[in-house]
This record gives sequence, structure tokens and C-alpha cells, in this order.
Amino acid sequence: MQQLAARTNAWACYDCGKCTSTCPIVRAGATYSPRRHVLAANLGEPASSIVHDGLYVCLTCRQCDARCPVEVDYTGLILGLRQSAYDETTQPECPHGGALQSTMRLMANGGTQQDRLGWLKEDLQTDPKKGRVFYWTGCTMYYDAFFTDFDVHTLDGTRAAIKLLNALGETPIVSPEERCCGHDLLWIGDRKGFESLAKHNVDLVAKSGAEVLVTSCAECLRTWRIDYQPLIPDDFPEILHISEFLADQTEKLDLSENKQTRATYQDPCRLGRHLGVYDQPRELLEAVPGVELVEMPRSGVRAICCAGSTWSNCDRFAKKIQVERLREARDTGADVLVTACPKCQIHLKCAMNDPNIGEEISIEMRDAAELVAEALDKRDSK
Amino acid sequence: MATKDKNSWDPEIVVFACNWCSYAGADTAGVSRIQHQPHFRMIRVMCSGRIQPAFVLRAFERGADGVLVSGCHIGECHYIFGNERAIEQFEKTMSIVKMLGIEEQRLRLEWISSAEGARFAEVINEFTEQIRELGPSPFGRKRSPAKAGKGVAG
Ligand code: FES
Repeated sequence: MQQLAARTNAWACYDCGKCTSTCPIVRAGATYSPRRHVLAANLGEPASSIVHDGLYVCLTCRQCDARCPVEVDYTGLILGLRQSAYDETTQPECPHGGALQSTMRLMANGGTQQDRLGWLKEDLQTDPKKGRVFYWTGCTMYYDAFFTDFDVHTLDGTRAAIKLLNALGETPIVSPEERCCGHDLLWIGDRKGFESLAKHNVDLVAKSGAEVLVTSCAECLRTWRIDYQPLIPDDFPEILHISEFLADQTEKLDLSENKQTRATYQDPCRLGRHLGVYDQPRELLEAVPGVELVEMPRSGVRAICCAGSTWSNCDRFAKKIQVERLREARDTGADVLVTACPKCQIHLKCAMNDPNIGEEISIEMRDAAELVAEALDKRDSK
Repeated sequence: MATKDKNSWDPEIVVFACNWCSYAGADTAGVSRIQHQPHFRMIRVMCSGRIQPAFVLRAFERGADGVLVSGCHIGECHYIFGNERAIEQFEKTMSIVKMLGIEEQRLRLEWISSAEGARFAEVINEFTEQIRELGPSPFGRKRSPAKAGKGVAG
């Protein structure tokens, strides 16, 4: 605990309470206090004592870290606390009955040949083994199969990304051997499950001989760039988000105007505050002729997250955050809410499913790559 | 547990049964002293509509070799349309199970009424045979890596 407090700079805390007052969950009305957890850590209280004090409530969105005047890494603290609580055989009751965690653990166990590429269409050029670019799909195929109740199309973003890579002359590797990155197991504290996934995945990409690893998922990206780091060998491919990969290559794509669209951009917490990628997705959108980007009042480092990043918390407060966020998006007058993480889409779409206020808060949601890929279509048909 | 000899290996099957029909059907089989394969554990739920993907996936995760989902015949659900929900949930579960590379024969949906004791025995025997043919689940041999934890309300 002392080590954790030191590593996350918790000792520097001077009790100002900025964390608690910026926490989106607290603002939505929850009885929850990051500051109390920091204090508990400094006092050396065991993680198990925090379990009943909202250990799994934190969205890990890093809003508080961004505001903390002394740079306490509260999100890192929560991660560490969850890991040590997990060792004491405690885990949260995960939303969706834990179905997604089970799916991840089944993948972690391995021993079967997944059938995860059924969505690949003939017009997409990919290779299962060799290529310069390794395109990391993430688990969008599982999400689309699971969230059938509310019109979730995260695979469209995956396909669009591959289409764009093809347009740049790349035939990316899309591997049937890919497994979940383990992000969500890690964030509920299941280090063991996470590590077996991590080892498999790092090995898979290292052996592929690719030069760049590109993904469309903000969470996968964070996991690869930060959490996999200790496992990553020296000559490992560069790890990029699709928006980073594409942002300086948009001229080569020869995009033409498709239709006039006002778009607003939802910064995924993993991409924004966790990794500091704010500009590239915006540059990418702005490169599409006909797309006008309008910002929500809270954007960039101040962006409100989708309130469900780690599949470990979903409650009325999360819903309230989502509804507020969607209202903000609607108020910009945008036709489409663009994001760069499949989970933002899933959670915000879930909120739109509300039978009472659904109409008021609904807005089309798409992945950034989809908008860009659409501007290719026009060129093809000319 | 699992040994090399296929015939001496007994599968572990999880059966989800609704309170009003299939569970009662199993009871009927028992009361009528119908012999059937014993290698399953039954989990009673109030209605098959309750059986969400998480239940089945958790069973596989914890090493089940086969999972049987059962409920009242369509039109006979105690809660009118619970088993129609069950079909939706089952289809969703099946697509994930297949994606994970688990043989689809390891998962089955059956309607068994409370009077159908003989049919219950038949389904169990047949399913057990089918699982025996497939052999142990790839997740069964090692057992699940994760210990079941005490649930804690988030
Ligand atoms: S009560 Fe038997 S299926 Fe609904």
C-alpha cells in the first residue's frame, strides 16, 4: 500500500478536494469521494476496506487527475487498489451479469479456435499473417453480437478503418488469433487474466513482423501503449490509433465531398486524458470535405466520458452522465456524434434507448473512420 | 477427473431449468423412477427468460462441458412470453459461443413441460451422449483461471 501511495503520488495530496468536486459521478449525485480513497491509501488502510466504499464506482476517466494541482494519479491508485482487492478474492458485480468478463476469461484460457472474422467482406483486403500494418480489431465483433437490443454497429468503424488502410495501399494483417486486449479484466483487478491475454497478444504481434500496429479502439490503444509496456520487446512495431495513423496522410486519400455534415466529437477518456490524443481525430474529421466540426462545451481535456469504460459500473449516475452528454451533443446542432472508441458508442446508444426521453437525446453515432471512409465512396463511384 | 479413456470420462453438464415446467419435468422423471444419465447439475430459475448470456458463458468459463437451457413450451410460459425472451437470449449466447470457438453442440435449448418426465430423461441422455462424443471442454480440463469471488455491489 505504501508503495502504491508513493507510485501514484498520493502522498502529495493536500486535501483540497478538487478530485471529489470534479468527479462526474459525484456531480451526478453519487455519494462517493476520491479524496477519501487517497486519504485511506495514505493511512495504509487495506484495499478490502475500500471495497464497500465504492471501489468499483470510479469510471477511471481521469477527470480528477487532470485537475489535481499536485498530480496525484488517482486512476492509477484505483487500479492498484482493485488489483489488491482482487487478490483478496473480491470482484465487482459486473454489468451484463459478467458476460463480457466471462468472454474475456474464456479467451484468456484459450484452447479454441475463435471464429471472429465472419464480418470481413470481400471488398476489404486483409491478410491473416503478413503485412506492414497490423490492424488490431479489438472486440467489436463480440460487441455487435452482444448488444443486439440497441442498434450498435461498432463493426462499421472496424470495416471503415480497414477500407481506409486499403485506400492507402496497405493490406493490413487482421488476425484470427487476436484475443481481447484484457483492458477490462485489468481494470477490475484481474491481473492474472489480463497477463495471459497480454502475453499471447504481444507474442502474436511481435512474431508477425509488422512495422506498425494500428487500432480503432481507444481502450486497446491505452492497453498496448501503457499496460503492455513491461512485456513489449525492443524492436516492437509502433503503436498508433487509426486517427494518428491517418491524420497526416489524408491528402493521399483524395477525399471528396460526400454530404454536408455537422459533426461533434466525443473524446474517449482513454484516448484523451489517458494518452493525450486530442488533435488527430479532429484533424481527420476536418480533412473530410463537407464536414463541419462543432465542439461541445466540454471537450478535449474537459470532455465527459461515456460513463462505462471498464464494464465494471453502470447505474443511474452513469445514465445521468450519458443523458447530459447527449443533450450537450444535441445542443451543438450536430447531425452526428463522432467518437473514436467503440465503447463510447455502446454506452451512449444504450442511454438513447430510454423509452421516455430517448427521442430527446438521440443522435446518430459513428466512428471517425466511417465519416472518412464515406468520402472515399464518392470517389469510387466517380 | 478427465482420463484418456473416452468411455470412462463423465462430462459435467449444467442444466438451467425454469421452475414451472422443465424443473417440474425433471421432478416427474424422478417420481416416475425413470432412469437417466446423472452427470448434470440443475440450476432452477423462475423462468427461462431469466437465462441471460452471462449464465451460460460463466458455466463454460467455470469448466462446464455442456450447457442445456430449458423452459416451458412456447405458449405455455408461466409469464406468458418469458420463453420468447429466452430464445432471443439464447441466440445471442449462441453467436458468442460460436465466435469463441466452442462447439455449438455443447449448447442446447429444449422445451420440456412438467408432464414430460420421459422426455426430460430422453433429452438428458441424448445430450450427455453428444457431449461424451465431443469430449471434455477445452476450458474444463484446466478449470477456470479465475476464482469465483464474493459479489460486491458496485
Ligand atoms: S416459466 Fe417456464 S419458460 Fe417461462
